[in-house]
Parts: sequence; C-alpha cells; structure tokens
Amino acid sequence: MTTVSMTVNGKQISGEVEDRTLLSTFLRENQGLTGTHVGCDTSQCGACLVHMDGKAVKSCSMLAVQASGSAVTTIEGISQNGQLHIMQKAFKENHGLQCGFCTPGMIMSAIDMVNRLGTDLDEKTIRHELEGNICRCTGYHNIVKAIKAAADEMAEVLEAAE
Amino acid sequence: MTAEGIGARVLRKEDKRFLTGNGRYTDDMTMPRMGYAAFVRSTHAHARITSINTDEAMKMPGVDAVLNGHQLVADGIGNIICGWMIHSKDGSPMNMGAYRALESEIVRYVGQAIAIVVADTQQQARDAAEAVVVEYEELPTVVDSLDALKEGAPQLHPEAAGNLIYDWEIGEEAATNEAFANAAHVTTMDIDNNRLVPNPMEPRAALAHFDPSEEHYTLYTTSQNPHVARLVLSAFYNVAPENKLRVIAPDVGGGFGSKIFIYPEEIACLWATKRVGRPVKWTSDRTEAFLTDAHGRDHHTTAELALDANNKITGFRVKTVANLGAYMSLFSSSVPTYLYATLLSGQYNIPNIYANVKAVYTNTTPVDAYRGAGRPEATYVVERMMETAAKEVGMAPAEFRRINFVREFPHQTPVIMAYDAGDYEASLDAAMKAIDYDGFAQRRAQSEAAGKLRGMGMSCYIEACGIAPSQAVGSLGAGVGLWESAEVRVNAVGTIEVLTGSHSHGQGHETTFAQLVSDRLGLPTESISIVHGDTDKVQMGMGTYGSRSGAVGMSAIAKALDKVEAKAKKIAAHLMEASEGDIEIEGGELKVAGTDKKLTFTEVALAAYTAHNLPEGMEPGLKEGAFYDPTNFTFPAGCYICEVEVDPDTGVVSIENFVAADDFGTIINPMIVEGQVHGGLVQGIGQAMLENTQYDEDGQLLTASYMDYTMPRADDVPSFKLETTVTECPGNPLGMKGCGEAGAIGSPPAVINAVTDAIGIRDMNMPASPNRVWQLIQDNGMKQAAE
Repeated sequence: MTTVSMTVNGKQISGEVEDRTLLSTFLRENQGLTGTHVGCDTSQCGACLVHMDGKAVKSCSMLAVQASGSAVTTIEGISQNGQLHIMQKAFKENHGLQCGFCTPGMIMSAIDMVNRLGTDLDEKTIRHELEGNICRCTGYHNIVKAIKAAADEMAEVLEAAE
Repeated sequence: MTAEGIGARVLRKEDKRFLTGNGRYTDDMTMPRMGYAAFVRSTHAHARITSINTDEAMKMPGVDAVLNGHQLVADGIGNIICGWMIHSKDGSPMNMGAYRALESEIVRYVGQAIAIVVADTQQQARDAAEAVVVEYEELPTVVDSLDALKEGAPQLHPEAAGNLIYDWEIGEEAATNEAFANAAHVTTMDIDNNRLVPNPMEPRAALAHFDPSEEHYTLYTTSQNPHVARLVLSAFYNVAPENKLRVIAPDVGGGFGSKIFIYPEEIACLWATKRVGRPVKWTSDRTEAFLTDAHGRDHHTTAELALDANNKITGFRVKTVANLGAYMSLFSSSVPTYLYATLLSGQYNIPNIYANVKAVYTNTTPVDAYRGAGRPEATYVVERMMETAAKEVGMAPAEFRRINFVREFPHQTPVIMAYDAGDYEASLDAAMKAIDYDGFAQRRAQSEAAGKLRGMGMSCYIEACGIAPSQAVGSLGAGVGLWESAEVRVNAVGTIEVLTGSHSHGQGHETTFAQLVSDRLGLPTESISIVHGDTDKVQMGMGTYGSRSGAVGMSAIAKALDKVEAKAKKIAAHLMEASEGDIEIEGGELKVAGTDKKLTFTEVALAAYTAHNLPEGMEPGLKEGAFYDPTNFTFPAGCYICEVEVDPDTGVVSIENFVAADDFGTIINPMIVEGQVHGGLVQGIGQAMLENTQYDEDGQLLTASYMDYTMPRADDVPSFKLETTVTECPGNPLGMKGCGEAGAIGSPPAVINAVTDAIGIRDMNMPASPNRVWQLIQDNGMKQAAE
C-alpha cells in the first residue's frame, strides 16, 4: 500500500492505495467522484478523461501514484458557484449528450481543446481533436456544434475581459 | 400548444446531472460490506470441461467464494430462456439447446461464464478468477453460419440436429415462383449483413443484495426493461418470487438493444449474494463486453427480384441464413423472422413475396436485437436490390422506386404487415432536393477532374415500430404482451409525477414525457417529474426498445391523462356549480366555457385531496393509471441519400453529403428526434464503413477491444442534413411512429449504394474499409484490362 496525496478539484486529499490502483479507480472508489467513467480500459474511449496539472490525461491508463503531488480536475470540479461552465452549458443548449456516459470525458476533452488551441476552432479541427473520445449516442453532430458554440462564447468572454 | 408542449424544442431536464458528473449509473452504486465479482470464462470456443480447480484461487487474499455451475443447478436456478417461440415450416417448434448461467460441462463460445469469484476488491476478484484452473478437452469449432449447416460440421447442441434452430418461411412460395417464371427481368444478389457489437459506452453491470431477514433481493442493473428482467428472473430462473425481488435500472449509459436481455452475470450475482452473505457487484470491462454482450446482424442472404416488362416488381424471393451464435438469447428467435421478413416489402407494392430463414448455432457469442433488429437487415436487402435492379434495367434509381411505391393506404403486404399511413414520394422528393440531386453530375465531374470517384446512393426505408399489439405478437409466438403502462399522480399542490414502464437510457423521456403533460394541462415541465426504472415504484412495464416509448409508452400516459382530466373536470364543475361538459382545461386552469369562472389546476388538486367538498360518492385523490395496448405496428419511413468520394489510390471513402428525410408522424421534441437520427445514422454508417466483428477459425474473437473493432469517431463522419415530412399515425392517440432506430436502419444501404456507384462495381460487402474498396478497384481494373 502507498499513500498518495494530490489536489482534487482544489481540495488537498490523500489516501492509501494498492500500488497498482489506477487513477480512475482512486477517483471513483476512494474519493467517491463517480463522474469520471470507465468505458474501455485501453485509453481509447476517453470517458475517464480528467485534467492533471492543466493537461488532459486518461485516468484509466495511469496509476494513482503517478498523479501524486499533482493537481487533478474532474468533471465535478468545473462548475463555479453552482453555475455551469460555458462548455457544460453549450452541451446542454446544443443537445450534445444523450445517455450521458461519455459526457464528462467529452467536456473535459473539449475544455482541453480550447486550452490548447484557442477559441478559433473550425468543424474539421474539432472532429480531428475528438479522436480520443468515443460517443455511441449522438453521432457527434451536436457535440461538434456544442464545442464550436462554447469556443465562440469563450472568445467573447475573453474579448470582453480585455 | 404551450411553450413547452408538443412540438417545442425544450432543452432536456435530465442534462444537469450528466453534465456535472452527478449521473447515477449502476457501477456508481456501493453498499456496506460489498464484495466484487469476477467471472471465470471459457478460453475455448468449443470444449468439454474436464475439471475446475479452485484451490489456489480460494487461498488468495480477500477471496470469499468461487462458485460454479454444478452448485448453481443444485440450487435450482433455471436455464436461460428464449421468449419467442418460432415454428419451422414443417410445424415443429424451434430446437433450443440448454443454456445455463454458469456452464460446467461443455462450453460453446469464448467468454462463456464458467464460475463466479467474489472477493473484497475488484482486483482481488479478477486475480482469483485468473487463478482458477479449468481443464478442457477441445472440440471442433464452427463460426460461420453457412459452414454450420454443412454435412459433417461440428455439432453444438444435441437438441439441434445439423445446428439448425429452425427452418422458417413466410409468404406464398408457389405464387412467387410463378411470378419469377413470367418475369421480364430478374435481379439476383448474394448479400451479407456483417456482425456488429452494440457497444453502449457504459459496460453492463450488476449490484445484487440479499436481505435474509426479509428473504428479499435488490438488483441494480444496466437494463432497458427492469420489469421484464424481474419477471424472467422470478418466473424462469427461480431467483425469488416477484414480491421478493426489486429490480432497479438507474441511469443507464446507452443500450441499443444489448441491455434488453437477461444475461448470465445478473443471474449469477443474485444467486451469489445469498450464498456469500454480502452485496455483490460486477462490472464488465470492455473486452468482456465484446465477448458477452449479445451481438447483432450476421446474415447471409440470396435475394431475387422479378420485374415485368414495365419494370414493376412482380415478385421477391429471399433466402437467409441467420447466425444466432452458441445459444438463444432472450428475443433472438424473433429478430431474423418477424422483425425481418415482415419488412421485405419495403416501401413497394410487391404482389408476391416468399422468404425462407434458417437460424443456426455456431461457436460465437449469442446474437440478438441490436438497434433496428431485423429491420436494418431487411432494408439492406431490399434497398441494395432496388438500386441494383434499377441500374440493370437502365432506370434512374429514384424513378424505379417511384413507379413501385405503395401509394394507397391502408396497404396489406404479402408478409403480414398492414401499412397504415405514409407518403414515400414526399420523403424521396425532400431528400433529393436537400442533397441537390440535380447538381450531382457536376460535382461528379469535379471529383473526376481531381482524380477521385464520386458516387451517390439512396435508400427508401420502412420499418415497423410501436411494438406491439399484444394479441398479434402472442399469435406469432411472443411470450409476453407488448403494451405499456403509465400512472399520472397529481400531488395535492398540483405538481405531477408520471410513472412509466418505459425506460430512458439516453432518449430524453424525462423531457418529452413531461412535454406531453404540459401540452395537455398547460403546466410548466418544471413541475412534472418522470419516474421510471424501479419495480418498487412502477408496478409493471415492458421497457424501451423497438422505438416504442413514444408510440406505446406515451399513449399510455395520454390515456391516464384522459382519466385525470375527466376527474379534475368533475371536481371543478362541482366546485364552480357548472356543467362538467362546459369545463375546459387551458394554461393550467380549469375554466367554465363562456364565463370568467375558473380554478387553477392546483386548487382542483388540493380540493381532490382535502376532500371537503367533492361530488357525491367521489373518492378522494387525483391519481390515475392506464395500460395501452397498440392496435397496430407503426411505420416510420423515409429516404436517405449518401454522396461519397473515393480515392482510387488508397480506397479511402469519405462521405461528402448525407441527407435524411424521415416521416416519424407527430414529433414531440424536434431537438431530441434529430439527436436520435444523428446517432442512428452514425451507427449505420459505422456498420457500412468501419465496424466488423471478426472471429478466427477457432472461434477466437479478433475484434475484442477498441483497438481492434473500429468504432466511428468524430472525424469518420460528416454533419448531417435532416428533413422531416409528416403523415400522422392513425393507430395511436398522438399520431407518433417512433424515431429511435431509423438512422441505423436506413443508412447502410445508402452508403454502400453510393460506394458501389462511385467505383462502378455491383457487389460488395460491408464494411467499405479502404482495404476492401482498394482491392475491389484493383480487381475490377484487372478485369477490365483483361476484357
């Protein structure tokens, strides 16, 4: 057993885990943060995607001990004061989710996309960048629309702030 | 219509919990003292088990128990059933082999469950399952259905000689043969429908708990129909009487048919929880899902279409061999028969149809309903034949379809179905306009100039939803009625709970069902909650599949609302001293027509519960239930057109344009309906271009992870252009037809018709992978060079 300590959604936490415990298992079972889902075990589907030190990682494919000392953000950590994140809001307004299982990973991936590439995203780029996330319900059409809408709104927010 | 009523694009009420990580799926549930289950699974596709040694496994840390099939049978757990009886053409009942939740004698597919391990953690359970030593005596295997029918093929079940489950027929053979004898032209094709794995993103899971003091079981499970699960677990698997078994299907992460069935794992978890005295949770990993979730499709078909001198269809003859895998899953028998061959008339006036279907056992994962279930297979055969026949007789595919369309309703086909309403030309016209059909020649020339091949293909699908009239399906062999139930509970202050036997696993029922109530009573959807998925809350229901929740589930709600409205009007009339016939319900108020007298719905609800002043003899309360049994199937139909560009140097196909024009009858929420179509289209395009389930000759599944089975990803598919045309369904009170499966039904033939058009080749199998397309182009080039 090993003690891991990390910041999860802004809160300092620590826990005792078996060395082989995956980050996704640690978040779900040790921390009770069940919004992070496990859909494939082979880092293909992206349902388990979280941010570690500001970068997207697939939590089913890394050990909890590898995340020790880092700052992890999960889907539970992106709303501020009960207000949905712009990306969450855009998924709702564009019907970018159906069963909801891939949704946390999709949203975390989409936020990462904007963080990396900026807000000027076209459809081709969005589709290409989503290659690490699988959705079986929506056919991606409305997910692509949602990400574009969110990126546009985030651009406006940034412009207004300048 | 209210702002949130029928036809409004209301944003979904259920979204917030999914967007914030607060969805509650089965694997999210925990219980005190919970143990984790893992399964010991067959590593061979066909083998006799000679021994199961659990000594090492039992010594491992955290392990509670390793239980096998001998113990399961000794405890009286029943064999897994198939709920739809099919009779062969000679009148004999289907030949069904015994299917145990845990097999201890002969395993028949890779991944079949042999033993269940329960331990303190999931890793411990999985480690212990690995340590169980099963010794096998290997037996010969057969994986393809045509091979399974050959003489000398390995035999799977003593009950099914020659691996034949049934040899079934529909239609008039003699009359159809005569049509062929007199035909001016006959088109013949061999058409395969590739095996698919449904792949909802949430893997199956079960959490079972036994309370010894009450002799009561609770099962959380990933089910599309928890009530059917309870019925079957109770009546056939002898787990517990219904009143001692609560089944809860909480948030479920997609189903597509694969979560209709009751699988070995749920049965084993329920059985094991009592044996080990602690709650037991099992969650499938993705490879287990590939190995054990019921697969879909897998048909070999030979089809012949007879035309007269005017290119009118005179006969259709179809022979299909359907691979049902190693065992018969819950509704497997109905898929290649009544859900398939009854749709072979397509949108066309075909006077003579005859179909013969042989269902066979092979050493592969059981096959059952997957999005569309039989109707995609029928549509693929019909629409590949239509496109090919049109080209053979030198007609434009659209015009050939046009002269053969059914134009008068009701229309009785030769294969049971009576189409009630439709306008097939309207959807064809809408689709052709939306894709700019007339501009295609120019676009094709542009592609050619760039060294590419452009093609266009269409598909005019029809399907049967709203399953189903109970008496009708009962007469065809179904073991259950296919009605739906609803209860509308008006609370004392006028808020409403609607209990439904339908189950939402992505379809958005919490929103659309509330819209129906809002439309009727003029109340905001915010004050209306939908309750589903729990056998303790909803008494009975048949669940969600076959695009039935709108046409059947909402019709039940509409019937219950009729009763609520009738009682509310009586109360309002009494309170306002008016005639009941003069009361109108509008905008959340009950008004006396032609006067300014009115009561709010809340005031009437409160009066029903205070019961201080009710009409003479009326019971207090405002709560009504209804069961709705449909009078006919519903017949969604439409036209899909796909335009592709093929790179002849690489065989890569890209979809340049895709138009779907659908007639779903009444639409409650266009936003949700569009989402259903998008998702269905991508599953159908996935089948046509990417997905394939591949076994090797020993029955090992080669495509058992997302690294091997090609799921459609965002950059594999385009955005879509959707059109709707509307003919209301006359068979139900809302005029709804259903929209959940159309996309997956209509799109595969449109894609393959487009690809074959582009490369100028008549026959090809799905998926149109770059390798296959490139090879066909090479072979064709060789052939042309030789000619």
